[in-house]
Amino acid sequence: MAFWQSRSETTKGYATVAPPLLYAFFLLAVPLGAVLVLSFWSQEFQTIDRTFTLANYREALSDPLYRLLLWRSVKIAGATTIVTVLLAFPIAYFVSFHVPPHKKSLWIFLITIPFWTSYLIRVFLWKVILGYGGVLNSALMGLGVIDEPMTFLLYNANSVVITLAHAFAPFAILPIFVSLEKIDRSLLEASRDLGESTAMTFLRVTLPLAAPGVIAAILIVFIPTVGDYVTPRLVGGPDGTMIANMIQVQFLQLSNAPLGSALAVLAMLTVTVVALIVSLGIGRLVRAPK
Amino acid sequence: MRGLKLYAIGYLIFLYAPIALLPLFAFNDGTVIAFPLQGFTWKWFAGLATTPALHDAVINSLLIAVTSAILATLLGICAARANARYRFPFKTGILGFIMVPLVLPEIIVGVSLLVVIANIFSMRLSLWTVVLGHTLICMPFAIAILNSAFDNLDASLEEAAVDLGETPWNTFRLVTLPLVMPGIVSSLLISFTISLDEFIIAFFLTGAEPTMPVYIWAQLRFPQSLPIIMALGTILVALSIVLLTVAEIFRRRGLARAGVRDTGGFL
Repeated sequence: MAFWQSRSETTKGYATVAPPLLYAFFLLAVPLGAVLVLSFWSQEFQTIDRTFTLANYREALSDPLYRLLLWRSVKIAGATTIVTVLLAFPIAYFVSFHVPPHKKSLWIFLITIPFWTSYLIRVFLWKVILGYGGVLNSALMGLGVIDEPMTFLLYNANSVVITLAHAFAPFAILPIFVSLEKIDRSLLEASRDLGESTAMTFLRVTLPLAAPGVIAAILIVFIPTVGDYVTPRLVGGPDGTMIANMIQVQFLQLSNAPLGSALAVLAMLTVTVVALIVSLGIGRLVRAPK
Repeated sequence: MRGLKLYAIGYLIFLYAPIALLPLFAFNDGTVIAFPLQGFTWKWFAGLATTPALHDAVINSLLIAVTSAILATLLGICAARANARYRFPFKTGILGFIMVPLVLPEIIVGVSLLVVIANIFSMRLSLWTVVLGHTLICMPFAIAILNSAFDNLDASLEEAAVDLGETPWNTFRLVTLPLVMPGIVSSLLISFTISLDEFIIAFFLTGAEPTMPVYIWAQLRFPQSLPIIMALGTILVALSIVLLTVAEIFRRRGLARAGVRDTGGFL
């Protein structure tokens, strides 16, 4: 297609896209490259030794603590993703299929509002809700549902999953909603006219067509949650600490930027591998039953 | 479908539960953030007025948020314009690359910028280093909003202006800009809101001058300052609801101006 388009259109296109592209190059690609390079250097007290070494990676992969944190981050982010997407799907479905068109944007607006407001304070309030003398325990004890406060709610992986599922809800709802909106409604009628039940129509028509949105939702929730710092720090307790907390400690407290860089690179690699498996795996799963 | 509607309402309660608690504790005449409530008071709001450290942090955050919002929106206009108007090799890849900060964990953005700024250039951390990071993460959101504004623009209007003898710059200023203006306002407001609330990048890149979230983070460790933080949170929630409503009104006005049916949502 290149030969018929005018040369000047290409030039103008590049000229227009250049400022954001250069910005992203110098403030994203170059810094990420710097982290990669730094991860192969080492910290010698105050200075950085610039000889190539794999020592940081050896330490990061052999020390049980780092391995545990990395594995736990993937597990917590995975659990968060599953919970968030499962909870989000019915909402997206409800708004797309059962809300009258003129009220749809109001619903989407209502869903996105809590997401924009003070992240730190929201996470802190989950601590207030889930704590030993917290809102949930006092309410349930007041109602006589439980006799003693529940202690499994706060300062562990559960509380991190609950809080993150709350924080990332709109990220899961919006892509699924968009893909549901794109479904041609006459396809559903056709399926029903041809004798499929409502449930089978959902499974064989709606769900496969919504798959791109679901895959997008899974990735958009999983990738940032692996590296979340605030939630594990505030509500995670010792059993809910994740890799981002260790990266922060290496950089800002132990002043070991090279080891912190290696951990950051490993975290990004893990995220990339999981993201590839998810997008390829689910894509195949959906296309298979043809 | 009544079950689904009940579920939807239950889900909204889950989404709003933490925010609904904020004003309760902000007006509660007790230092402990727990039930039962103690009685009504304005004193935590009055306390906000007498905390100079907070005022400095708020001013820092406002400066950063305004600058980042303008920079991100200017860069976003370029990307959205290129996306809607021109075809060039590697377009999808280039635009995809610019959107990457949207899905990258923020700690990675913070750490990598810190490495470049502190370890390589040995630059001093300041409000400007935070602006650099915030512009980067606001840019994809600005592009997402501006893309729909530029996509809905009818190219024949611009062609008509050129045919009638306007210069390209005047065409952009007199025809394009007014049509995409609602998208620009919406992008500015959303970028401002994101920057104002962003913590982790600011945490890594702020020097001696903390931003508001960095200040809040430090205060969360002290039980005695929590009620004041609840009062601050209440104001922030009210403020961001106002900002978002304005952004939403502008977004809808933009859609109406372009003559497109509303499909909902910022993103």
